[in-house]
Parts: sequence; structure tokens; C-alpha cells
Amino acid sequence: MNFDDTPQEAAFRETARKWVAANAPKEFEQELSKSSLGRIRLAKHDMVGVGKAWQKKKAEGGWACLHWPKEYGGRGATPIERVIWQQEEGVYGKLTQPFQIGEGMCGPTVMAWGSEDAKRRYLPKLASGEEIWCQLFSEPSAGSDVAGLCTRAEKKSDNWVVNGQKIWTSGAHYSDFGLLIARTDPNVPKHKGLTMFFLDMKSPGVEVRPIKQANGMQEFNEVYFTDVVIPDSQRLGAVGEGWSVSLTTLMNERMSIGSRLATGVPELFEFCSNLMLEDGLAIDDPAVRSKLASWAVKSSGLKYTSYRAISALSKGERPGPENSIGKLVSGMMLQDIATYAMDLQGAAGVLTGADEETVHGQFQQMLLSSPSMRIAGGTDEILRNIIAERVLGLPGDIRVDKDVPYNKIPTKGR
Amino acid sequence: MNFDFSDDQKQLRDQARKFLTEKCSPRAVRVVLDGKAPYDKELWKGLAEMGFLGVAIPEEFGGAGAGHLELCVIAEEMGRANAPVPFSSTVYLAAEALLIAGSDAQKKKWLPAIASGEAIGTLALFEGKGNPSPKNVKLTAANGVLNGVKKPVADGAIADFAVVAARTGSSGRDGDISLFLVDLRAGGVEVKSLTNLDPTRGQAEITFRDCKAEPLGAAGEGWSILSQVLDRAAVLCAFEQVGGSDRALEMGRDYALDRIAFGRQIGSFQAVKHMLADMYVSATLARSNSYYGAWALSTNAAELPEAAAAARISATQAFQHCAKNNIQVHGGMGFTWEFDCHMYYRRANAMALGLGSLSYWEDQLIDRMRKKNAA
Repeated sequence: MNFDDTPQEAAFRETARKWVAANAPKEFEQELSKSSLGRIRLAKHDMVGVGKAWQKKKAEGGWACLHWPKEYGGRGATPIERVIWQQEEGVYGKLTQPFQIGEGMCGPTVMAWGSEDAKRRYLPKLASGEEIWCQLFSEPSAGSDVAGLCTRAEKKSDNWVVNGQKIWTSGAHYSDFGLLIARTDPNVPKHKGLTMFFLDMKSPGVEVRPIKQANGMQEFNEVYFTDVVIPDSQRLGAVGEGWSVSLTTLMNERMSIGSRLATGVPELFEFCSNLMLEDGLAIDDPAVRSKLASWAVKSSGLKYTSYRAISALSKGERPGPENSIGKLVSGMMLQDIATYAMDLQGAAGVLTGADEETVHGQFQQMLLSSPSMRIAGGTDEILRNIIAERVLGLPGDIRVDKDVPYNKIPTKGR
Repeated sequence: MNFDFSDDQKQLRDQARKFLTEKCSPRAVRVVLDGKAPYDKELWKGLAEMGFLGVAIPEEFGGAGAGHLELCVIAEEMGRANAPVPFSSTVYLAAEALLIAGSDAQKKKWLPAIASGEAIGTLALFEGKGNPSPKNVKLTAANGVLNGVKKPVADGAIADFAVVAARTGSSGRDGDISLFLVDLRAGGVEVKSLTNLDPTRGQAEITFRDCKAEPLGAAGEGWSILSQVLDRAAVLCAFEQVGGSDRALEMGRDYALDRIAFGRQIGSFQAVKHMLADMYVSATLARSNSYYGAWALSTNAAELPEAAAAARISATQAFQHCAKNNIQVHGGMGFTWEFDCHMYYRRANAMALGLGSLSYWEDQLIDRMRKKNAA
């Protein structure tokens, strides 16, 4: 057991480190290292613009989507080299947020299912950040049950005509392309009537509207489709095979979302180390210590679980199923930690402004944002089902709609 | 990064699992559980023959001279099998204390006897309620004799020797405590078995009356040695707890697949699936924290105190959680003496107290994290 790089890994790390040192936009380093929770914002600059510049520089240096083949804009790097790169990219990795859906989900789907022409046309520009992609899967009445979606695509000669609505689309307002799953046959059971497409987000009939979220922010969108025309050449996989295609995307979603997880433990530790209660520092209070210790071991447990996965990659093996616990554990922790920190703040905990007692409202912000961590990318309940079924081998849920034609499934609000 | 056990160590784990599946079935555990034997002597002999008792003891003292990573994988299997033998007292506590502080003569006398299965050792630290603390050590040592009462002492009734924590000063500092080595067969001690939560590992009260004892380590160094011993034992016990957690989870999973209610396997109900998924989460976190502890233990890293506390807390929580919910998945059957669930429930809750309670280790972890942050 050791934490050392192999000689090849050490050489790769050295190359990456030197390149980051020479090329990273250091003027943003401080600001980026401070923002550890939630979405990243830069005070005086447009996040997408700064991100695009960094991504372009990385692509020119051969550091964008580096696990992709060279001909598609990558570096042909191994999985462990990708991990090393992420470690060396450090805080600047936060600038890649606008590209993560593309790199983590849309790109791999195009790579697996697209034609050679499509791959050469779209992947290099996706990798270099020149074109941003978004993912159009969830619908108001199809969240966890995404195969129950009702956005319709109908064949008209060589084109498809799309009508319907998607929701929770990150970055739709600045995206150039979208990966879209739609229903092409409502007369067969729900999983069998779906087809995957990609489309130009500037196509006539596409309307993007921001969603005002429960935490008051606007980070996601609704996307409406009214007679939007998509050429058949932008279909991914066969007609009716959309569900299989989407599994490529979703599998990648759970892996990429799990890679950088905030738990709230460092923030809570610092807060408790400085907070004076009536009897002294919070961190000297036995009840506080007990809570803090329980969260600290969950946080370290997640860290070392990821180290086990990295070790598997380093040996050229597939990581085990243990990585599936990351989002489940960290999502709940953020919410619980926020609630607890505010409890310690007492009456002042209700304030959300730049008050000193509440450390500028960071836990209040965490509280209001944390519900989304337990929902996006698979709800806690879906993740527990996945662990129970795929890891422990328990039976799948009984699905009453499995063999029923889609248009005969009882609905409400469809 | 290679944060995993080596192929050889994994082979050793397989070997230990095979051996214990054969020699330590639940039926064998029940002989001790039902009070028909104080511990499984045959199994103890077998463990010695396999070289497991001395796996981390250097060759010059009769051991296999492998190392602590090897001991960790064996510990995991001991926990999985719920082995009714004085392994933790003898190997994690007594042998580790000797390795850290023993003179050459002391090591020569006791370590080969441990490795061969001839001697059972233990640590006599606690005196009634309370957690590890110099304040709680009242037993005195003066002129080479001990006077006082220790309880509970794990495996005290079957032990041949004990490492005893004694008060040799009254300054109120850690330096008041010294360690002694006592041959429990030599007189001056009275041993009484105590009933306890987990009958597969005995607990005893030992009264020392003008009992002759030889110092272990320098005078006044007792607490510092003990702290190291407890940290090392915390990691090793964590592996037993991880093994126990995994076994309890498997038992629950298997029963959920087997048991039919309302016309379906109960494992198809989300309430049951989610309970088992949460058990998997705790067991996974505990395993990962324990791996870090194993690394720190095997390399004697400066991170050991923090790593040991984290492994201890995480593994204690996981084993308690998995053992408790294993009974819940089994329903009424899980509350019968006949089903094995209660053996893991008993072991989990007894282990949670053995080296100091959960709240004690939580306190330790925060102290150690603060020390690191300050540095």
C-alpha cells in the first residue's frame, strides 16, 4: 500500500504541473479557491467567457478531454492520467463547469453512437469549448422515470419534427447543441418507442426559458420545442433504440458528477473552531465534537473510497461499485451540516445577508441549495435502488407499466 | 497510487476465509456462546498452526515476520467469522504492547509463546466505568507489587499474562502511569468471570493483591505506550468490525432474497432494499477509512493517531448499523436465539466499547484533527 505515483505517472504529473503553472489564468486563482460549494461565479467576469478561454488554451496544449482519442480532440490518455490531470488542474478545473455536460455525457454518447463524420465534425469543437452542449432528457412529468417522457418526434420525409418540453437543462441558454431524447412511437411500451437525436439549439422553434429555483437562483432552464426540424442525419442509434443510447449518457453522468464532491465538512470544522458559545468555543463542546466527528469520518470515507477507485484505474482495472455511494452520502451531508451550523448560530441563523455571525450566509446558502444535490443526477431513492439492485443483487421494482403500450399507461398531467 | 492490498495479501485473506469457514462455523461459535467452553481451543491451535497468531511478530521472536497489512486481512476474516477466541486481546493488545515496549528478554519469553498458541495475553486497563484516561487508573504499583482491581478485562479468565496499567505517581499528569507485565498463573491474583453482552468473548474481574510484577517499558511512560497500543488496536479491531459488517449485510441480503411475504421476495420492497443499500454505504465508508488506517499502521506514519480514530469511529458505526438492521430485515426470526443475527449484534455492541466508547474516539478524532490543522 502506498500513495506514490508509478514512474510513468510521476512523469505525466510533472508535465501536467509545468503546463498548468505556465498557462493557467492565475488572476482567478484566489476567487476560484474560495468558492467550494454550489455553482461558481466570478465577481467581475463572465464565467462562460473565462471558461471558454481556458478550455481553448487546454485544447491547444493537448489537455482538453484528454482521455478521448486524438482525432476527436483528445490526447488518448489513460483513465489514471485523466485523474492526475484533474488533480493538477486543481481550482482551474472549476472553470470547466460549462463544458462538463458535454465532456461527461454528450461527447461520450456521440462517440459511441455517432457516424464517423459526426464525430469528426462535432467532438473536436466540443473538446475545445468552442461549441457547448447540453442534455435534453428530463421533462416535467418524466424525472426519475425518464423513459416516461412525452416530447414527440415525428418523421416527415428525411426530417424529424419535434414538439414538446424539456426541463432542468443546465446551460441551455449558452449551449450551441443539445442531445435530445424523444418519443417516436407511442404505440409500443415506453422503453421501446424512444429515439436519440442531437440538434442545433439555434434551430427555429427552440425556446429557452430560465427557471427560477427554490433557492432564488436561476441556473437551469426549460426548453420548449414547437415544430422544430431535425435532419435524420442527426439521429444517434436506430429508431426506437433511444433508451439503450441514453444508458451510455446516464452511466457517464453518475461517474462525472461523482468526481468532485463537496461535503461541507471543512467549512463546518472551521466554523466550529471559531464560534464562541456561552461556555466556550463550539469545538470544545462534547455534543458538537460528536456530530463533527461523525461527519468527518464520512467525508474521509468518501475520499479514501475514491482513492481505491484511482488505485484500480492505476492498475488498469475497472473501479468497483463502491464509488456509487459518493453523491448519496455527500448530498445528505450538505443538507444536514447546513441545518446544524444554523442551529449553532441560534437566532441569527435566520439571516441570509453578509452578517458576521452567519459567516456571510454560507450555510444558509448551502441549506437552500442542498435539496438539488439530493435530486439532480439520480435522486437519493434511485441511487439506493441502484445500489440494492446492481451491487447487492436484489430484485428490481415491480413495474406495472413495463409491457403496456405507452399511450395506454394511466397518466396525470401528460 | 496503490491504495489496496497486494495480491499476496489477498491470497492470505482467501486462505484465512477458507480456514475459518471450515473451522469456525456458526455451530462452532455456538459452543462458546452457550457457555460449554470458555473459548474454542481447537480453533486457537489451528490459528497458531496456520501462522496467523504470529503473522506480525518478527521471525526472531517465533513469528512469521510478515507485517501489519497481513494482520489486517486476517483480522477482517476473524470478524467475519465471529471467531470465539482471544485473538484481539492477545494479538492486538498484548503482543503490540510487547513489540513497542518489551525488553529483549520479555519479548523472547512471551512472543514465541503467543505465536505458537501456548500463551494467551490481555491488557488490564479499565477499572469499572469510564474511558481510557490516566485519571481512571487507580491500581497502584510500589516496590514491584501491584494492588487494585481491574474490570472488565477482556479474556481475563483464560489469559496467561496481562499487561497492566498502574499508578506510580500522583502529579496528575500522564507520567503517573506505568505499565507492568504480570504472569497471571504465578499467584497474587484472583480472577472472576463476569457475564457480558458477548459470551463468545469472555470478560473478567482481576484483583491484584501484593502481586509481583515486572515493569514493561520505562517508568512513567505507560500512558504514552498505551496510547500507541490503543491506536494500533483500533485499526486492527476496525478490520474485524468491517468483516462483521460485511457478513451482517450479506446475511440480511440473503434473507431478503429468500423470504417471501405478500407474494414477493421481501428484498423487492423498497423499504427493505433501501435499508440494505444504507448498510452497504456504511460498510463501504468503514472499509475505506480502515484501509487508510492500515496504511498508517503498516508504515508507522505520523497520520496514525488521526487515521486510527477515523477507522475506529467509522467501523464501529458501520458494524452497529449493519448488525442492527440485519435483525430488522430478518423480522421475528432475527430475534430468535436460533438465528445467528444476535451473535453479530452482540459482538458489534461489545466491540463498540472495548477500546473506549464511540464518544471517546470522537473526542480523540477532533483533538487530533485540530492538532493537524494547527500544525
